[in-house]
Amino acid sequence: MISRRDFLQASMAASAIYGSSAFGNWARLAAAQRLSQDELLKFETYGNVSLIHVTDIHGQLKPIYFREPEINIGVGANRGKVPHVTGAAFRKLYGIKPGSADAYALTYDDFTALARAYGRMGGLDRVATVINAIRADRPDALLLDGGDTWHGSYTCYQTQGQDMVNVMNALKPDAMTFHWEFTLGSERVQEIVDGLPFAALGQNIFDKEWDEPADLFAPYKMFERGGVKIAVIGQAFPYMPIANPGWMFPEYSFGIREEHMQETVDEVRAKGAELVVLLSHNGFDTDKKMAGRIKGIDVILSGHTHDAIPEPVLVGKTVIVASGSNGKFVSRVDLDVRNGRMMGFRHKLIPIFSDVISADKEITTLIDEQRAPFLSQLSEVIGKTDSLLYRRGNFNGTWDDLICNALIDERDADIALSPGFRWGPSLVPGQDITREDLFGATAMTYPAAYRVEMTGARLKLILEDVADNLFNPDPYYQQGGDMVRVGGMGYSIDVGKTIGNRISNMTLLKTGKPIDPGKTYVVAGWASVNQGTKGPNIWDVVENYIRRQGTVTIDPNKTVKVTGT
Amino acid sequence: MNLSRRQALALGGAVVTVSLVPIDFAMAASDEATKEAINAFTGGADIADGGVKLTTPEIAENGNTVPISVSAPGAVSIMIIATRNPNPGVVTFNFGAMAKPAAATRIRLAGTQNVIAVAKMADGTFRKTSNAVKVTIGGCGG
Repeated sequence: MISRRDFLQASMAASAIYGSSAFGNWARLAAAQRLSQDELLKFETYGNVSLIHVTDIHGQLKPIYFREPEINIGVGANRGKVPHVTGAAFRKLYGIKPGSADAYALTYDDFTALARAYGRMGGLDRVATVINAIRADRPDALLLDGGDTWHGSYTCYQTQGQDMVNVMNALKPDAMTFHWEFTLGSERVQEIVDGLPFAALGQNIFDKEWDEPADLFAPYKMFERGGVKIAVIGQAFPYMPIANPGWMFPEYSFGIREEHMQETVDEVRAKGAELVVLLSHNGFDTDKKMAGRIKGIDVILSGHTHDAIPEPVLVGKTVIVASGSNGKFVSRVDLDVRNGRMMGFRHKLIPIFSDVISADKEITTLIDEQRAPFLSQLSEVIGKTDSLLYRRGNFNGTWDDLICNALIDERDADIALSPGFRWGPSLVPGQDITREDLFGATAMTYPAAYRVEMTGARLKLILEDVADNLFNPDPYYQQGGDMVRVGGMGYSIDVGKTIGNRISNMTLLKTGKPIDPGKTYVVAGWASVNQGTKGPNIWDVVENYIRRQGTVTIDPNKTVKVTGT
Repeated sequence: MNLSRRQALALGGAVVTVSLVPIDFAMAASDEATKEAINAFTGGADIADGGVKLTTPEIAENGNTVPISVSAPGAVSIMIIATRNPNPGVVTFNFGAMAKPAAATRIRLAGTQNVIAVAKMADGTFRKTSNAVKVTIGGCGG
């Protein structure tokens, strides 16, 4: 990460490229407690091209609460670098006042109090208002969706993504790339993609059998906007068949495919592209590495790791923009492209405060239509929470602590495992837990809650494997999720070690005894990538548990000891 | 009880000897097999780094069938070595005078390891490159 001062110096040194961020204006505004739609959208149109980036919406049609992570550890070259900066350090880095609207949107502390003051964020009808405002300034702005769109809610699950497809189509994107979409199964993906009125991109989506680019997805699309030839290249999530069930989309292979990326960039440059935009679902650190190794990418619109970063990060002359998740933010990037070169940019991460930005009526109606058949199920109250329920963070969050408690209790297990997903809105204390809320944290197409016996050695192997997906110092070997969440067992982790050596002191909490590598434990979990996994749906397990509790309370989790940061 | 290496070292020499010998032995055996496989190909000649392009996935989607491709301009043959497989020498491609020295296949990997491509050039010299391929149990993505 380049600080604001370094950034300006770097621009002058490079002289051909300069930039500015509108974030300072926004911070002052919030300090004055005078949020208005006009101020949130204020942007002096710049250059000749505008990009609008949304990503990782995860099925959230309506405004939600979403607490950003407290713990987000960077390793190797990314240690202490954005996005691995949270809380007070993050506010200091960007000059954000505690308690301000931007502190609420971008950091985790005082979340409950700030959520009450500033309200929910997101909602695609508010996002539509922002997109329309940008298009009023620049009618030919490109709208690019970074993927993880057709997944993550009750209605999305019930309609196999159709609710999101209908609403997103109405927003008229120009291109999209993919991740969780594939967990709808390849047949459904093909059905939707065949009918998409915009480009479905992924230079790394390959036919598995022939190891060549898949027919259904183009690697890139050329646009001409503001007199500029623009190539938008797609990069789908590289590790889909590993992190998600590959048996659901057996025809496809993914991977980073750096060599093919360079060939693709060279190809579009040869075709006259003056601006090369990578619409990426790599995750932020992977995008940084890629920016340093691939020649010729001007802008990376980064998704997957759900980072909301108020200023672009520069790697060489590549500008990397990350736009958060769950509909909380829209990024606008204006670019000055002349003589076949990007000469400068202006950027704003626009926070979607749902009580400040008005809803676009047409889209509100369309969203209501998607929800209408399911309203009684969506609104059914299952229980109440006395605690803040959130998921984001490298280790356990309260939502997954609740899920783990439910798994141990309902499935009579010693130990529970809940995957380190980064999606799922938060609930504030005192809120009812509705079925919609429960599905916001669990909706997916492989929901079986398994109950199996595992040896202590196997548990260690799993923890080591997942930890290496998160803390391998080479971003190309990271998969972009958080650590698997564990219930009923404590452990220590030294993130600076290598695979096989990070995890120690595994302890069965109910006895306080060390986990015995040779002994067998009953483990309950969900979201296994293995075909044929048996068990009740996770949302039913958690619903039963919440109903029995009435009101849930989650105590602070102190069972994971982290060192080596 | 799971002992990390550091904890094991802290416990004293006797324990260290017992716990680490099997591991060191296993690694030595595999390193030895790798060395033997390479020597059989090169006759013990020096090998320069670079000049060979080896494309492998960073993380294998399926360790049982990992697509790899290799090319080395000017090579007459290229050997692929999977350093931690029971038999590290996986395949050797021989190229006729008219053939482009490039090949692609799928190999099986017993676990996370380095895959090495050694090329024999027309002048009898050798070149190599090495890639790390991770084989993971997977399951918890974003």
